Amino acid sequence: MAKPTDLVQGTLDLLILRTLALQPMHGWGIARRIRQVSNEVLQVHQGALYPALHRLEQQGWIRAKWGESENNRRAKYYSLTPDGAKYLRQEQAQWRRLSSAIGLVLEMSS
Amino acid sequence: MRWYYKLPLRLRSLFRKDRAELDLSDELQFHLQNQIDEFVAQGMDSQEARRAARQSMGGVEQVKEECRDMRRTNLIENFLQDVRFGFRMLRRNPGFTVLTILCLTLGIGANAAVFSWVEGILLRPYPLVSHQERLVTLTGTVRDEKAETSWPDLLDVQRSCTLCETLFVSKITGASLSIGERAEVMTGSIVSANYFDAIGVHPILGRGFEPGEDTGRNAHPLVVISYHLWQTRFKGDPEIIGKTQRLDNVVHTIIGVAPEAFYGTFVGRSMEYWVPASMLEVFDGGDKLEDRGARWAEAYVRLKPGVTRNQAQQEISAIAARLEAEYPATNRGRGIKVWPLWQTPFNHAGHLLPTFEIMVVVAMFVLLIVCANVGNLLLVRSFARGHEMTVRLALGAGRARLLRQLVTEGLLLSTCGAAGGMLVAYWCRHALVLLFPRDVMYLPGQIDGRVLGLSAAICLVVTLAVGLVPAFQTRHLALADTLKTGVSTVLGARGGAWFRSSLVILQVTLSFILLVGGTLLMQSLRKIRTTDPGFSTTRVFDTWIPFVAAGYDAQRAKTFQDELIQRVRALPGVEAAAYARAVPLGYGSFSSTPIAIDGYEPPPNEQPTAEYNEVSPDYFATLGIPLISGREFTRADDENVARVAIVNQTMIARYWRGQNPIGQRLQVKGNWVRVVGVVKDSKYYSMDEAPRPFFYVPLRQYFSIEPDMHIRTTQPLRTVQTALIHEVRELDPNLAVSEMITLQEQVERSTSHELVAVALVALFGGLALLLASIGLYGVMSCTVSQSTRELGLRMALGAGTSNVLRLVLLRGLVLTTTGMIIGIALALLLTRLLGNLLYQVSPRDPLAFVAAFAVMTLASVAACFLPAWRATRIDPIQALRAQ
Repeated sequence: MAKPTDLVQGTLDLLILRTLALQPMHGWGIARRIRQVSNEVLQVHQGALYPALHRLEQQGWIRAKWGESENNRRAKYYSLTPDGAKYLRQEQAQWRRLSSAIGLVLEMSS
Repeated sequence: MRWYYKLPLRLRSLFRKDRAELDLSDELQFHLQNQIDEFVAQGMDSQEARRAARQSMGGVEQVKEECRDMRRTNLIENFLQDVRFGFRMLRRNPGFTVLTILCLTLGIGANAAVFSWVEGILLRPYPLVSHQERLVTLTGTVRDEKAETSWPDLLDVQRSCTLCETLFVSKITGASLSIGERAEVMTGSIVSANYFDAIGVHPILGRGFEPGEDTGRNAHPLVVISYHLWQTRFKGDPEIIGKTQRLDNVVHTIIGVAPEAFYGTFVGRSMEYWVPASMLEVFDGGDKLEDRGARWAEAYVRLKPGVTRNQAQQEISAIAARLEAEYPATNRGRGIKVWPLWQTPFNHAGHLLPTFEIMVVVAMFVLLIVCANVGNLLLVRSFARGHEMTVRLALGAGRARLLRQLVTEGLLLSTCGAAGGMLVAYWCRHALVLLFPRDVMYLPGQIDGRVLGLSAAICLVVTLAVGLVPAFQTRHLALADTLKTGVSTVLGARGGAWFRSSLVILQVTLSFILLVGGTLLMQSLRKIRTTDPGFSTTRVFDTWIPFVAAGYDAQRAKTFQDELIQRVRALPGVEAAAYARAVPLGYGSFSSTPIAIDGYEPPPNEQPTAEYNEVSPDYFATLGIPLISGREFTRADDENVARVAIVNQTMIARYWRGQNPIGQRLQVKGNWVRVVGVVKDSKYYSMDEAPRPFFYVPLRQYFSIEPDMHIRTTQPLRTVQTALIHEVRELDPNLAVSEMITLQEQVERSTSHELVAVALVALFGGLALLLASIGLYGVMSCTVSQSTRELGLRMALGAGTSNVLRLVLLRGLVLTTTGMIIGIALALLLTRLLGNLLYQVSPRDPLAFVAAFAVMTLASVAACFLPAWRATRIDPIQALRAQ
C-alpha cells in the first residue's frame, strides 16, 4: 500500500489545520473549503483526508465532536485544540521559510 | 496538556472498539451522502450520483483500515500479544521457568524482607505513634561519651527548647504483676505525664496521664495497661477502669487500656504497662526524680516541622551549656546529644544498626548474583531461540519489536519473582525474632507502601537487566550466519561465551566476598564467646527471688537472704554463693555515681564518674574474679561499720596512677569510703567493651532488696535449681525462684546481636554459593553441549576420559579462579565495612580468605564435575556424524 510521502503528508496536515483555524468543520467541509480556496487546484482525496484527520486527532492537535450539519445530518465536526493552534503557527512559519527558500533557489538561474 | 485529549481517545479505541468503529462508518457515510447530494445538484439522477460518489470515495474499507491504523493502539495491543506469547514460551519450558522464578523469588524476597525489617525496626519502629519521621532521641553525654540524663535536666530542655514540638520520657522497667495465683515479671515503661498526648496514641478505654501526674514522690499510683495484658490477664474485662493492680507490691489504679497495635516506644520489646514518672521509686529504687545528679531518663523529642537535627542539637547543646554553668556540681562536663531514631542508643536499634547495614549490602549482593544467574539462564535459552529470533527478523519484525518481546518476557519472570518475593518477605517479617535464642524480643517487620515500592523498583531493575541480556545477544545476530544453523564452537571460543563467562565470574566474585564476610563474622563471634570475660561462666549459675512482689520489706529480705545463703552454701557440690545487685552483661544497668579521689585533681571540665556493683561477701570467690591485693568483703562490712570499697585495675591506673590504693579514700554519692581491695578487670556491660573503671561496695552498706544470687557449684543446673527451690520453699512457701541460667548463657544472650549477623550472613552466603554453583553448572553444561563436536574429535584422535575430564574441569576452574582473584581484591576493600561487628578479628584475616577460597573451589569442582563427566560420555562417532 503506497503511503503519501512525508512532504505531502505534512502539507495536508498543514492545510487541514489552517482550514480548521477558521471554524470547526466536518471532513466534507474541509475538503470543499480547501478546494474552493485554492481555486480548485488542490483536490483532497478522501482516502487521504480521513486517515489524516484521525491521525491529527490521535496526536491531540484537533478534537472531534458530533453535531448537526447545515443539511440536518449527523456529522463529526473537528476543531483546533490550543496545542494544535500552536503547532499550526510553528508549521506555518516553517512552511513560509521553506517555500521562500525554494523560491530563491528557483529564481536563481533567471 | 495534549495527553488530556489523547488519553480518552486511546482508551476508547482499546476498550470501546465497537463504538469507535460505528463512529468511523457514520463519518464516512456522511461524506458519501454529501458527495451524492453534490452530484445530484450537478444534474445526475440519484442512482447515478450514488454510484459516482462511491467511485470517487475509493474503497471505503481501505479508508477505514487506514483510519484504524492511525489510531495507533498498537503499543498496547502488541504488549498484550507479547504477554500472551511470553506466557506460552514460559509454559513450554517449565524447568527453566521454575528455576528462574525461584532465583528471582529468593533475590527479591531477601531484599524485601531485609528492607521490611529495616523499615519496621529502624525507620518507623512504633506502630500508631504519629509523625515518627520527626522523632529524635536524647541522651546525656560526659565529655562527648554517651551517658544517661536526669529528669530535672530534661524538664529544663522541655521548657526552653523552641525547636521542639514536644519532649517525652519513656524508660523501660520491669515489675512483677500478680493476678490471681500467677506472678510474672513484665516489661513496662516509666513515662512522663504527656506521653500519650505527645505520641498521639489515645487509650481505647479510660484515659492517659494528665499534666502533673508525673510530679510528687509516689503521688500517683496509676497505670495504663496494654491491650495484650487486658485481653490475656484481665480477660478483656470491660469494667477494668478504676480497678486496682499490684505492681511490685504497690497498688496502682488502672486508668486506661492502650490500643491493640500499640507496643510502646522501645525497639525490641513490647510494653505491657505504663506508669507515670512520679512512681519511679517503686520501680527503679531510690528517690531519683528530683535529683539532677541521678541519671536514668531516656527521652524522645518531636521536632517542629522543617527543623533539622543539627539545628535542634545546637539549641539543645546551648541549653545544656547553660545548665552546666548553673549546676556545676552535677552537670560539669555534661552535655545532651540528639540522636536520629534509628541510632537510638538505649534500645535495641543501636545494636541492630550495624547488623542491618551489613544485611542491606548482603541482600543486594544476593540480588546481583540472582540477576547474573537468571541472565545466564536466559542467555542459554536465547541461544536455543536464536533460530526463532533470526526467522522473525528475516520475516520483517523490527529489532525494537523483538527487544520489546524479550523485555516483556523478562517482566513476566520478574513479576512472578516479585510476587513470590513479597510472600517470602511476608512470611519472614517476624522471622528475625527466631534468631534471638530464648530472648523474648519483639522485632516486627512491616510490609507497607515503601517496602512494596522498593520491591517494585527492584523488580523493574531486574527486568531490564534480565531482559536486556539476551537482547544484547540478538544484537549480534547476523541473519545469514544463524539461519544456516549448525552452531558449534570449541571450548574457550570467543564470542557470546565471554559474556556468559563474565556473568559467572561476577557470581563467583560476589559469593566469595560473602563467604569471606561470613567467615570473618563467625570467627569474631567465636572470639567474643570464647574471650575471657574475667569471671567464670560455666559453673556459675544466676537467679533471683522476687521479694518485692511477695510483700517483703528491706529488713525481712535481709534476714531471709542471710538465712538462705547459709543453706545454699551447705548444699552438696556448692563451692561458693553470693548476692549482687546486678549481673554482668545483663540488661539492667549498674549503679553510677560521681566520684572524688584523694589526691586526684580532675581536669577543670571533668566530673569523674564510675559505675559500681553492690555485692555480698564471697562475691569474687563465687564469680572467680581474682583478688590482686587487699581483702574481699566480709560479713563484718555491714551498716554499722565504716564504708569500704574494692576497685578494679583500670580504676587504679586512671585515678591512682597505678599506686597501691588500699587505705585510700574514694567518694561515692557524697560519702567517703575506704578502699580495701583490688580485683582484676572483667567485662561489665558487653563482651567487646574496652576496660572501664569499676568498683564494688558491700551489699549490706548499699542495700538492694532484689539482688541476683550467684552460685558456684559442681552440680548440674537442674539439680541446683531443684535444691534451691526446696530451700526457699522451706523458708517461705510463698516465695518463687526466677529462671536460673549459667553465666555462659548470660554471655550468649548478651551477644545475640552478633549471632544474628552471623546467622544471616551465613545464610545468605550459603545461598549465594548455591546460586553461583548453579550458574557455573549451567555455563559448563552449555559449553559442553555446544562443543560436542570438538570433544568428539579430540576423543576420536585419542584423548582419554581423564584428558576430557581435565579439559572441562580446568575450564570451569579458570572461571572460578578469575572470580576469586577479583573477589580477594574486592573483599580486601569491603570487609572493612564489618569493622564494628568484628571483635579481635582483622578484616583481612588470612584464615577467612583461605577458608572461603577452599569452600568456593570445592563448590566449583562439584558444579563442574557433572558436565565434565557428561563430556566423557560423548560418543565420538555420533558427535562427528551429527553435524
